[in-house]
Amino acid sequence: MFDPAFLFAGILNGLLAGGIYVLVAVGLTLIYGVLHIINFAHGSLLMLAMYAVFYLWRLIGIDPYAALPVVTAGAFGLGFVLYRLLIGRYSHGRDENILLITLGLSIVIDNVALLFFGGDTQTIDVPYAGTFVEIGAAFLPLPKIISFGASLVICAALGVYMARSDMGKAIRAVAKERQGARLVGIDVENVFAVSYGIGIACLGAAACLLMPTYYVTPSSGHAFVLVAFTIVVLGGMGSFAGAAVGGFLIGITESLGGLFLGEQLGQIGISLIFILILLLKPTGLFGSKA
Amino acid sequence: MLEVAALRAGYGPIEVLRGVDLAVGPGEIVALLGSNGAGKSTLNNNVSGLYRPFGGSIRFEGEEITGASSMHIVKAGLVQVPEGRRVFPNLSVRDNLELGSYRRGKPHRAANLERVLEIFPRLRERLTQSAGTLSGGEQQMLAIGRGLMGEPRLLILDEPSLGLSPLLVEEMFGLIGRLNRQGLAILLVEQNVVQSLALAHRAYVLENGRIALSGSAADLARDPDLRRSYLGH
Repeated sequence: MFDPAFLFAGILNGLLAGGIYVLVAVGLTLIYGVLHIINFAHGSLLMLAMYAVFYLWRLIGIDPYAALPVVTAGAFGLGFVLYRLLIGRYSHGRDENILLITLGLSIVIDNVALLFFGGDTQTIDVPYAGTFVEIGAAFLPLPKIISFGASLVICAALGVYMARSDMGKAIRAVAKERQGARLVGIDVENVFAVSYGIGIACLGAAACLLMPTYYVTPSSGHAFVLVAFTIVVLGGMGSFAGAAVGGFLIGITESLGGLFLGEQLGQIGISLIFILILLLKPTGLFGSKA
Repeated sequence: MLEVAALRAGYGPIEVLRGVDLAVGPGEIVALLGSNGAGKSTLNNNVSGLYRPFGGSIRFEGEEITGASSMHIVKAGLVQVPEGRRVFPNLSVRDNLELGSYRRGKPHRAANLERVLEIFPRLRERLTQSAGTLSGGEQQMLAIGRGLMGEPRLLILDEPSLGLSPLLVEEMFGLIGRLNRQGLAILLVEQNVVQSLALAHRAYVLENGRIALSGSAADLARDPDLRRSYLGH
């Protein structure tokens, strides 16, 4: 009943949306893998970064893509400082406490955002928003293509950093063997802070890539993070490859679900795949046993 | 080199070490013997800065390191190869070794890596394999190799023979002797009394958080109390 070209366009659209999901999910899975916590503040921090992008554009006229280096670096700094001053200090070394602190942080940030930014939906007008690129039978918005490419590049760069640099190796070492890491002289608390910083930096980048096509309200981070959380569990908690594959899978599912079932009902596909994977492979696609 | 004086340490309200004195001189192998629960690992972990002692003092090369961070202690050249190896299972053998020089010995990383691979040719064959897939003996080699990458001045080996086959235990003790002859001071923490005393210059016996016996390894090997408690005759 559907034209295959229609399907093709749906898959392409899903892939493009998946790029951003991957970025948000990679940050979440990195924080989970190293700190062993779900970062409940993820959505709120994404929203903050989106407002940062919005106000940089509105007040100084900086294009969201041009703001990427600044917002990403700023987000890293914010994450690092949050960990050092708040999360690390008041968790007293207990993972449950980190969880509660990030949850509390999320509530505070959301309400402060509501107070200062108001509840109105804000969008950015970029001149290239209406530009479409024709691929086969599919017309794809140019900003989505740029965002997709940029998130792939960022994820690849992060992957290389984690594999090659001493800090990247130290982060992976701390994720699995904290005591051994201390014994080679790795500053574990610093690694936690850097990991949290990188996780939040991913959100900063994602915010820049989202804003040309998306809107921001004080609650708009949560929608993404709920999806990102699904991706992380789907791909396997703490797995980079899992976050990447899961992100695209969910992006395509959501797009095709929307196509066949409509915008509202389309989200069902995500939950369906989620439940199926958990039934068939509870550790996720790339997950290993704890 | 290492001087531990009146060290008291433990976990929370439980005091495990109740005033321990111990010293390791340059070029020495000193064995620290004792049964399970005597406090051997507690001593190591306090010396290595993983825990903060309740009281007493630890000095390394004249510097007070009581309560210092593990980063600082590794930087000073005191490296521990822990019980249970504690290698990074998700990292390759090469990455494990390279992280051994994270805090110290980084300028000579390539040369040290080559030296470690000469000592442990098995690790060269497994260089790209993840450490979690190695056998117990190979993981022990990797843990020692990782320790050597930090250019230690004093190496603490916590139960290096644990879980190894008798043949590998022989090999391990042979290796410890060779490292020592190259000038490395070693604190050997072991339950394997006979072989440790044969290798070490001096030894301490830890019992219930106190040093029960100490002296030259040769004297201790003849000590009737030690023979009765640990060798059964």
